[in-house]
Amino acid sequence: MEDRTPPITGAEILIRCLHEENVKFVFGYPGGAVLNIYDEIFKQDKFKHVLVRHEQAAVHAADAFSRATGTVGVALVTSGPGATNAVTGIATAYMDSIPMVIISGQVPSPVIGMDAFQEVDMVGITRPCVKHNFLVKDIKELAATMKKAFYIAATGRPGPVVVDVPKDITAQLAHFDYPKSVELRSYSPVVKGHSGQIKKALKLMLEAKRPMMYTGGGIVLGDAAEALTKLSRTLGFPVTNTLMGLGGYPATDKQFVGMLGMHGTYEANMSMQDCDVLVAVGARFDDRVIGNPGHFFSKDRTIIHIDVDPSSISKRVKVDVPIVGHVQSVLTEMIELLDGEFKSTLQARQDAPLQAWWKQIDEWRGRKCLNYAKSDLVIKPQSVVEKLWEVTKGDAFITSDVGQHQMWAAQYYKFDKPRRWINSGGLGTMGVGLPYAMGAQLAHPDAQVACITGEASIQMCIQELSTCKQFHLPVKVVNLNNRYMGMVRQWQEFFYGNRYSESYMDALPDFVKLAEAYGHVGFKIEKPSDVEAVLKEAFSPALKERMVFMDFLTDQSENVFPMVPNGKGLSEMILAEDL
Amino acid sequence: MKHIISLLMENEAGALSRVAGLFSARAYNIESLTVAPTEDATLSRMTIVTSGSDDVIEQIIKQLNKLVDVVKVLDLNDGRYIERELMLVKVKATGALRDEMKRLCDIFRGRIIDVADSSYTIELTGTGSKLDAFLETLDKTAILETVRTGASGIGRGDRILKV
Repeated sequence: MEDRTPPITGAEILIRCLHEENVKFVFGYPGGAVLNIYDEIFKQDKFKHVLVRHEQAAVHAADAFSRATGTVGVALVTSGPGATNAVTGIATAYMDSIPMVIISGQVPSPVIGMDAFQEVDMVGITRPCVKHNFLVKDIKELAATMKKAFYIAATGRPGPVVVDVPKDITAQLAHFDYPKSVELRSYSPVVKGHSGQIKKALKLMLEAKRPMMYTGGGIVLGDAAEALTKLSRTLGFPVTNTLMGLGGYPATDKQFVGMLGMHGTYEANMSMQDCDVLVAVGARFDDRVIGNPGHFFSKDRTIIHIDVDPSSISKRVKVDVPIVGHVQSVLTEMIELLDGEFKSTLQARQDAPLQAWWKQIDEWRGRKCLNYAKSDLVIKPQSVVEKLWEVTKGDAFITSDVGQHQMWAAQYYKFDKPRRWINSGGLGTMGVGLPYAMGAQLAHPDAQVACITGEASIQMCIQELSTCKQFHLPVKVVNLNNRYMGMVRQWQEFFYGNRYSESYMDALPDFVKLAEAYGHVGFKIEKPSDVEAVLKEAFSPALKERMVFMDFLTDQSENVFPMVPNGKGLSEMILAEDL
Repeated sequence: MKHIISLLMENEAGALSRVAGLFSARAYNIESLTVAPTEDATLSRMTIVTSGSDDVIEQIIKQLNKLVDVVKVLDLNDGRYIERELMLVKVKATGALRDEMKRLCDIFRGRIIDVADSSYTIELTGTGSKLDAFLETLDKTAILETVRTGASGIGRGDRILKV
């Protein structure tokens, strides 16, 4: 062995690993098992530690940092309750395939299994909601394990990776040697799609009479928005995004037919149901997207499915042309083929464009399914989102919590760019909105960041107002306050005979005073005529550096439309006009 | 339909629970599961007997492949294979039963590996269905105890599962 630098502690090794990975922010909360690590954090300044007020928020904020930047988010929590508090955040990231590394402290190796103070089996608890996890048993394995964790988190279908580090390991000494690369015989994600399959797909796409692009979170995660836009425009196909895919195709473009699914637009759902060739890209046909699978299959269509994860293909829906590969790589190859081998076919097709299909789609668009009854007396939640879009010029980072406000945000804020829409699509975790806004704001300090939330969701992580103060995060909270758990109330109205069981929020705090108590600016807005002025003020230069909490008292009885009731088919939507 | 799935995985703590957890989390059937290290000490080989429609089996294979610790997966039913399971059965062996048991054991090509005053312990190897058949042949009241290993499987001829 050649001469090496003197051995350093496990805690220092851990910090050096984060430096090697070029980590800029670590979101965390200290505790007994991670004290050695925190001592090393104190001695360095290459990354900033963001102290949250609850470990769940640390993971959510790191998750949003990743969503907003495309890099791996990092969270650090202590053992036991710190670790279990992090689990909701980890499961949230897992369902949406967000690349993250979560470092959890563990009790010292000799007492593992002894029911020690603040001990939980973190590897066991998180196994079903991580891409992979590790318990570090040997100081010599620490650096290599960290390297593997970052590699696994970011490659293939991304996901969170937990590294559980016993306290004694952080105190032991070893030489630091960070591996340059990783090779795992058991893990080698596919990048390039099968050329034969890609050509087969293109041929079908060019022959299609009623084609449809259905794209999901994979477009955003795979940085494929540009390729998708180019390909769709070349082909002239209508495009729909899932909730997770919003921003993957410009929402203000004429080829965009809106979001699909349970609260998708009439035109998106009808096109999805009626198309003859469906191109699914980085999407997974989940229950909120296709409704009743039996009904979906009552129509004959050819399905092409492009996804980096083979297990996403033919999971819920049988696919005709599967293409396993990185979506950006596959779409780029398609674009190249359309400019090469398939150029003449494409040009020949230009003579008979998809006129009839677009005519049909425009007819569906004519239903204007997102119209809602305007009011001078009560604030319509949809109008707040529309105004927010105008005031921020459609260029803000928007986070949301979960419920009606989330759907209105998705329907009425037109996202033209990827990574601007940050929400918990898969797990549907109430409480993510505020920590998500913190992560997005730290990722883009000069950008406008708004958290669209409701009075129920916001209270699930309200303590983070304190973190916002400490780190000067000028997040704008748009609280659509209808004094109900709106989505629960909506289902109770439609399917449970108006029995609003436990969905009313009584004894709400005065959000203005609450915001002020945390050192922020608070506004209460009760009149429709005040909506625009307050939004403008909140985003004005005077308040650029301040966090602003806007409490909009909105129409209590407003519902989200269109709606595909649970178990119904995509074309069996309830529209606002039907009621 | 019944399928026998063979897989090679990193011989690491927790690897077995990842596979077992996957089957319970996704509500896949699991009839038997055996695991032991291979000639390469860094690898374990697992044989899983499961059942399901073709779609479900396809998903099981994909989900197994997705586990980071799993190196290779093979559905033995995709080709010709050999299946073997070991069973130990303790049976009553008194009076006339003593000869009867010996005879049945010979017919099934088992071996008596322990002899006591009133019992035999029989070792029997074969496919799961052969072991089932043997148990069915025995008078239920004569069976004192059974223990089975679960199936192990290997491809015939050139079908080799190796890294």
